[in-house]
Amino acid sequence: MKALTILNYQWKDLIRGKWIFGYALIYLLITDALIRFGGAGPKALLSISNVMLLLIPLVGMIYGALYLYQSREFTELLLAQPLNRKTLFWGLYGGLAVPLSAAFILGTLLPMLYNGMFFGEQIASILLLLGLGLILTLLFTGIGFWLGLAFFEDRIKGLGFALVGWLFLAVLYDGLVLLTIFVLGDYPIEKPMLALTMLNPIDLARITVLLEFDISALMGYTGAVFNRFFGSFYGMITAVTSMLIWLALPLYGATKRFRKMDF
Amino acid sequence: MIELKGLKKNFGRLTVLDDLDLEIPSGQATGIVGPNGSGKTTTIKSILGLVKPTDGEIRIDGELVNNRWEYREKIGYMPQVARYPENMTVEELFRFIKNIRGDQPSNEEELIKHFGLESELKKRMRTLSGGNRQKVGAVLSMMFNPDILIFDEPTAGLDPRSSVQFKKKVRELKDQGKTIMLTTHIMSEIEELADHLIFIVEGKIKYHGPMDELLNEHKEQRLEGAVAKMMEEEAA
Amino acid sequence: MKGFNHIALAGVFLLIGSVASAQTITVSPNGEVKTIAEGLELVQPNDTLIIRQGTYLEHNLMVDKPVTIIGEGRPVLDGEKKGFILVITADDVTVKGLEVRNTSTSFMEDYAGILIEETRNTVIEDNRLIDNFFGIYLAETDKAVIRNNYLSASGERETSSGNGIHLWYSKDTKIEDNYVRGHRDGLYFEFVDGAHITNNLSEENIRYGIHFMYSDNCSYVENTFRDNGGGVAVMYTSNVEIIGNRFEDNWGSSAYGMLLKEINRSRIENNHFENNSVGLYIEATSRNEVKGNTFRQNGWAIKLMANSTDNMFSENNFIANSFEVSTNSRRNFNEFTGNYWSQYEGYDLDRDGVGDVPHHPVRLFTILVEKQPQSLLLLRSLLIDILDAAEKVMPALTPETLIDIKPQMDQIP
Repeated sequence: MKALTILNYQWKDLIRGKWIFGYALIYLLITDALIRFGGAGPKALLSISNVMLLLIPLVGMIYGALYLYQSREFTELLLAQPLNRKTLFWGLYGGLAVPLSAAFILGTLLPMLYNGMFFGEQIASILLLLGLGLILTLLFTGIGFWLGLAFFEDRIKGLGFALVGWLFLAVLYDGLVLLTIFVLGDYPIEKPMLALTMLNPIDLARITVLLEFDISALMGYTGAVFNRFFGSFYGMITAVTSMLIWLALPLYGATKRFRKMDF
Repeated sequence: MIELKGLKKNFGRLTVLDDLDLEIPSGQATGIVGPNGSGKTTTIKSILGLVKPTDGEIRIDGELVNNRWEYREKIGYMPQVARYPENMTVEELFRFIKNIRGDQPSNEEELIKHFGLESELKKRMRTLSGGNRQKVGAVLSMMFNPDILIFDEPTAGLDPRSSVQFKKKVRELKDQGKTIMLTTHIMSEIEELADHLIFIVEGKIKYHGPMDELLNEHKEQRLEGAVAKMMEEEAA
Repeated sequence: MKGFNHIALAGVFLLIGSVASAQTITVSPNGEVKTIAEGLELVQPNDTLIIRQGTYLEHNLMVDKPVTIIGEGRPVLDGEKKGFILVITADDVTVKGLEVRNTSTSFMEDYAGILIEETRNTVIEDNRLIDNFFGIYLAETDKAVIRNNYLSASGERETSSGNGIHLWYSKDTKIEDNYVRGHRDGLYFEFVDGAHITNNLSEENIRYGIHFMYSDNCSYVENTFRDNGGGVAVMYTSNVEIIGNRFEDNWGSSAYGMLLKEINRSRIENNHFENNSVGLYIEATSRNEVKGNTFRQNGWAIKLMANSTDNMFSENNFIANSFEVSTNSRRNFNEFTGNYWSQYEGYDLDRDGVGDVPHHPVRLFTILVEKQPQSLLLLRSLLIDILDAAEKVMPALTPETLIDIKPQMDQIP
């Protein structure tokens, strides 16, 4: 109950900052433009998922850390109140993660609704996309929180790690995977490569998008391991399970840290 | 009664509180003094649970409160540097804290009047002067009528008139039988308000006892002189 | 007494039938003529044999006279896996309304539900062929019509399963409105000339939806080939018209919407390739017109091997494919012009509907995947987008001449 009170206040505060509207507006404009100029086909969904894979981790991590710094006064005020730290943590986390998720979902969903795309044959793909965006938002906001708490006294370090972390997960990591593939390509490296992509949440989300939109290409690959992984429900289940583990990890780390911290 | 037993706090390699044993009697006012960085604020924050002690026990009215939170119902706290959510108005802040407290009965109206904050209610926290922020902090600490009040350098940012108002309020609270803890650099304030004195240096208690005993012991009329003597002894 | 009458009657029919109009013989489980074999003995050329509702456990039924065979209430001819069921060796035979079941299976002999051998003008219409080794087998026929039949088998392996509609050395055949599933190849053509294959649906066959070799001057129009093991294969043929067909849901490392191998001077127009691992695979194929097709959500829309030359790709729609065009060489001897590419990122400042900068349908990543298939895992990675963009600015690995200089801004209707 108290967590909800905190969440409710933080949500109002975010709205007052207007920043969240800008974030929703980005999705709204991109989605609207994609549908308007590219039609309501799978192409629009693919482009939206590309934007989502790029923007959500970046914004989640950076703003997750930044928000903690901005809420420092608020946190200190509440810590002296008869409140469980756990309650306070979830109130703070929800206060950011819920509006960010809502901004993404509404920004993406509204143009689909007024263009009539949502109730078309692609509804399953759209729901998957929205669900994935939701999990990604929760996940990367969690990582941002974790970083923010780890470097609570040093904002520059915290934000720096968030930015570098994003760059690493979004680009450099895949560079290493590509390099490994080209160096060790002649060995049976499919399983380790699959495992490697599971270790990066952005890759994990990307693979889930592939499973929905590029299954034709994935099934064209010669190799039993990939085919068994991608060709069955097993792939989707593994990907989603790994994603949930990824969601739990930073949040677990962050709550643990928050409960032990000195203010 | 607040009891600290073997309280220890390290920040990294730095020992801030070193095996602190302390009893703060109920229904009286206790002043904490000590040089800068001696561990006054850390002691207060440990009692509030803002700082997690490395070791030791904290008991309030006999009950162990380490890692608990419900006991803070009984405490009103006014921090040294009051920082509040900048976008909130004063009014909203009070309402919000009341919400968090589950709409406990509060006497904030009377307090607002006492501190002359009526004209500030609609203003956002970020536009408030330092003194008015301190007053908001004072209202927040007192509005739920807690049994224990902890003030960390309460009058530092207040003008003389407000300072007098504040002290008047503290005396009222004392008369009501509240337990009061305060830190300050202004010795006259302690003389005015406190019955007991705690003197901390480098995380260790150097003196703990009734104020008049200290004055007698050091054959001083004024606290300032007594404390200065203690500090000299410490340096020697 | 009855038998005598019957034979006498038949004798009379025979006399009259040969000079005057045709007669009708009826086979019925509880009638005078109880077996089809008997009926086929009795009919004379140009007669009609009516088969009433019921199950007839017969096989190797020889139709060696020009007759019309009509099933009433869909009689079932069950071969009990003992050989062929209907074998047609006479000209001008029509077979309608039967259900033909359970031929033998064999590694040596191509047992078929309906075998048509060295005939002219055979019509096979409105029949159901269930669980046969081969369904309808035409060898050295002329002007046969195969229309509106339903063929279904539950073959599991290529070796234990025959083809649905199988043509070998046949001329001028019409194959229309049939449904084939679960055979080895749904439709099979070898050394066929002048066949018109229209509006058939061939799905879930073990190997190919249609397997087409050495068969010149044929056309197939508005058929659907869906979810077949290897898709569709068209090989070693000139002058084919492949128009308005749908190739869908063919998934696998060697599954193609359509595979073209050594196809020359043919037209591939207005077809729809959707959800295939590879939409169109082209090898050693020259001088063809690929026009007005739609490639939607395939893994690779087109895989074009470099030994193919002088093919013209125009007015096609490429929509949301993982890869648009892939090739195995930096050299290119084909032309792409005026297509719509959904991956096109150019602009149209003069607003004439044609993009102002050329489109490169072969991305760097396409080449990387060609070299190391495992890198497919990185599809849609930001890293890959960055690499692709760099390659576009300075092509180092992709074929420089494989470009569309007139990319359309809007889908071609």
